[in-house]
Amino acid sequence: MSGQTVSLVIAGNGGAGVVTAGSLLLEAAAKSGWYAYMTRSSGPQIRGGEAAVMIRLGTEPVSSHDDRFHFLVAIDWQNLNRFAAEIPLGPDSLLIGDPGEGEAPESIVRMGAQRVDLPMKALAKGVPGGRPNMIAFGAIAAMIGLTEDVVLEVLRDNLKRKGEDAIAASIAAFRAGVEAAATFPAVPRLAATKAGSSERWSITGNEATGMGALRGGVRFVAAYPITPATEVLEWLAPALPKVGGVLVQAEDELASINQIIGGSYGGVPSLTATSGPGLALMTESLGLAVAAEVPIVVVDVMRVGPSTGIATKSEQSDLNIAVYGLHGDAPHLVLAPTSVADCLFTTQWAVHLAEMLQTPAIVLTDQAMGQARAVISRSAAIAFMGQREKPAALEAGVQYKRYANTPSGVSPMAVPGMAGFTYTADGLEHNETGTPSSQASDHQAQLDKRLRKLTGYNYGDHWADISGDEDADTAIVTWGSSAGPAREALERLRSEGRAVKLVAVRLISPVQPEKFERALAGVSRILVVEQSHSGQFYRYLRAQYDLPRQVKALHQPGPLSVRPGAIVEQITQWS
Amino acid sequence: MDTCVKQREYTAKDYKSDVKPIWCPGCGDFSVLAAITRALATMNLPPEDVAVVSGIGCSSRIPAYTSVYGFHGVHGRALPVATGLKIARPDLTVLVTGGDGDGFSIGGNHFLHACRRNVDLTYIVMDNQVYGMTKGQASPTTSPDWDGSKLTPDGAGINPFHPLVVALAAGANFIARCSSSDPNNVADMIAQAIRHPGFSLVHVLSPCVTFRPEQAEWKHQVRTAVVDVTDDPARAARRLMTDDGFNVGKVLYKGSRAPYRPEAKGNVPVAELEADFAL
Repeated sequence: MSGQTVSLVIAGNGGAGVVTAGSLLLEAAAKSGWYAYMTRSSGPQIRGGEAAVMIRLGTEPVSSHDDRFHFLVAIDWQNLNRFAAEIPLGPDSLLIGDPGEGEAPESIVRMGAQRVDLPMKALAKGVPGGRPNMIAFGAIAAMIGLTEDVVLEVLRDNLKRKGEDAIAASIAAFRAGVEAAATFPAVPRLAATKAGSSERWSITGNEATGMGALRGGVRFVAAYPITPATEVLEWLAPALPKVGGVLVQAEDELASINQIIGGSYGGVPSLTATSGPGLALMTESLGLAVAAEVPIVVVDVMRVGPSTGIATKSEQSDLNIAVYGLHGDAPHLVLAPTSVADCLFTTQWAVHLAEMLQTPAIVLTDQAMGQARAVISRSAAIAFMGQREKPAALEAGVQYKRYANTPSGVSPMAVPGMAGFTYTADGLEHNETGTPSSQASDHQAQLDKRLRKLTGYNYGDHWADISGDEDADTAIVTWGSSAGPAREALERLRSEGRAVKLVAVRLISPVQPEKFERALAGVSRILVVEQSHSGQFYRYLRAQYDLPRQVKALHQPGPLSVRPGAIVEQITQWS
Repeated sequence: MDTCVKQREYTAKDYKSDVKPIWCPGCGDFSVLAAITRALATMNLPPEDVAVVSGIGCSSRIPAYTSVYGFHGVHGRALPVATGLKIARPDLTVLVTGGDGDGFSIGGNHFLHACRRNVDLTYIVMDNQVYGMTKGQASPTTSPDWDGSKLTPDGAGINPFHPLVVALAAGANFIARCSSSDPNNVADMIAQAIRHPGFSLVHVLSPCVTFRPEQAEWKHQVRTAVVDVTDDPARAARRLMTDDGFNVGKVLYKGSRAPYRPEAKGNVPVAELEADFAL
C-alpha cells in the first residue's frame, strides 16, 4: 500500500451506533482528502446483537484491510469474541475499552494489544444528550489527525434534520472524546492532503453495482430479497423510476429471472440481483436465456455456502455454479469486479456484453465487496452502452430468421411491435427461424453459433487487471475481492525489490487463453489466491489454461478474508 | 413504434403460423388454438402487437402455432415471463397459454401471485386432468381414484386442486370456464378476458383423447351455466364451490380491482443519481 494508512475497528452492541460513527468517520476522512474502505460484521440477530465496523483510511485509494488493526475501540464487549478472528490485533495495537463495561473477552485479550481506558459511557453522561459513540468518534478523530473544522462540518451536515440541540450535544460529546484521547499512545496520523473531496464518492459495492446497471441501460429489474444482495435492489428501487425504469419485487427467484427474461424479450435491458441460494434456483432459466438468446444480467453477491451457510458473511465459492451450473452445453458470460469501485464498471460492462451478445451474464461480487463502503474518486462515465442488433427491413416474401446462422453468431433480434418480424423465442432446440427442431444438424449449428458469438468477440483489455513488473518471473493470479489484498501484497513485495506481477481476472468466462498466455509470458511460477475451501478458482485455471510449471494455491474459506501478509509470505517462502 | 391508425382487417387465418401442431388427432387444444386466433381477429389486433407466452406441455406449444410474437419458456414459468413482458411493455396484448400441470403444479406459486398481482394478462389454461407430454400421469386436477397411470397405479389418492376457487381467493380479476367443444364460446370468453383489465383466467376443459379417452364424454356432460356475471366474490365463491365443474360458457366472476401497473415516470439523466454518492 503506497501512502500512509491507519486501520481501526469500532465495535459494540447493535444499538451503540458503531455504523453511524464509522460512516461519519469516512465522510470526514473524504473531506480531508483521504480515501477509505469500511467493511462491517454483524451477528445473525434481526435487531440488536453485536456489530463491528472495520475501517482503513489512507492517503491513496484503499482496496483491502491490513494484516492487523492499529486499534480497536469497543463501546461495550457484547459478544465481541464472535468477531475475534476477523479483528487481528498485535502487541503494537491498542485495545481501547470502557472500564465501566467490565473485562474484554479472553479471545481479544489473548492477542496482546495494549489496553487503554476510555470511559465513554461516563463521559457521555457528562454531556446533555451525549452518546458514547460520539465520544469514541472524538477520540478516534484526535488519534488519527482529523481536524476539528472538517468534523464539525460533517456533524452539522448529517445532523441538521435532528435539530440544533442534537448538533450541539454531538459536538460537545465529540470534544470530550478528543480531550480524553490527548494522553493516548500514538497511532499513525495521516497527513492532510489537498482537499479534492468534491470529486470523492462514498459508495458501497452494492450501490456501485446498481449504478453500473443503470449506466449500462438497465431499465427493468425483478428480484427477491436475499442477504447480502438486498441493498443492490434497495438502491435501485427509488432510482429506477427516476430514469424511466421499473423494479418489481417477485414471489421467488424463479419468478425474478423469468420476469427479467420477459422484460428483455420485450426489448428492455433487464437485471436481477441475488446470492448463492437464489442463483441455484435460477440456473434452469439461465439455460433458457442461453437457448432463446435473451440478454439478461444476474448479479450474485456471494456469501458463505453451501445451503444457507453464513448468510451475512463473505466467500468466493459460487464460481463453480456460475461457470458450470447450467445443464447442457450452455455458453454464457461470467464476470467479477475486482474492487468496490469496480462493481460499477464490471456491472455496466456485463450489461453491455449481454446486450451485444444476446446471452446471460452472471456478475459475481461478494458480501465483503458488496456491503463494504469505500471513499473513492468519482467514477467517470464510460461509453459502454450495449445496443442489440435489430433486423433490417426484409424483402417481400422473405421470412425473418430470428436465429440466423451468421458469421459472428449474433443474429439480429426483433422486438415485439415490429411488424413482419414476429417469431417465437424458444428453449426447445430450434432451427434458424425458431421452429422447434430435434434434428442433429440444427442442434449442431445452433450450438456452434451460440458458442461462436462468445469466443469470437473482442473483449479488449478489460478481461483482467494486470499490474506490477512486466518482466517478472513470479505472478499472483486472483479474482474478485481477493484482488484487494493481492494488490497490497504486490506493492509490499515490489517495495522490497522483488519483481512480481498481478493478474486479477475480470472475465471469468469465456476463457481468454491467448491473452492469459501473453500476460504470463516469461513467468515461471504463479501463486493463485482466492477465498474458497476447495480452490475452485485454482482448479478452474488448471482446467482451462496452460499454467507455468510451478503453481501454488493460497485458498481459504470465508468468512476470513485473505490478508496481504499471507500472500507476501507465500511469495517470499518461494525464494 | 408507428402511431398511424392501422386500417387493415385481420381474419383468424392471419394469426396462424405454418407450423403443424404435434397434438394427437381429436385433441381439444386444436379448438382452443382456433378460438385464440378468432378472438384476436374479432378484436382486430395487429399480430405484431400481441405476444403469447407459455411454459412446457402439450398446450404450451401454442406460441409457435400462431403468427404473433411468441415465447416458449421452461416448465411452470410462463406467468413470470408474461408478467415481466407486460410490465416492461404495457403497450402489448399479452396472453399466456398452458395446461393444468404447468400452471397448477410446477407453476403453482406463480399462479397464486399472478392472481394477486393482477397484471393485465389473459391466462388460458387447457385442463385435461393429465400430463400428456410425459405419457399420462396424474395432474393436480386429476380425481383421486384415477388409476390409469403406472406412476400412481392405485390412483393419485389426493383431492384435486380447484383452480377457479384458488384464483378467486388469490385475487384474480376475471374468471371464466368454457369447453373446447364450443370454440365460438371459447373465442368470446378470451376476447372478453383480453378486454377486461387485470389478470383474467379462462379455464378450458380440453380433453386428452389419448390418455383420458373417457373425456370424449365431456362434450355431453357440459352445460351452459345458468348464472349472471357477478362482481361479488362471496357469491362467486359459493357458485364455484358448489358446482360440479361442468357449468361452462360464462364469465363466473368479474372484479373491478385496478391492475398492477408500475410506471416509469421520470426521465432524468443517470448522471443526476451521482448526487447519492458525491461528498
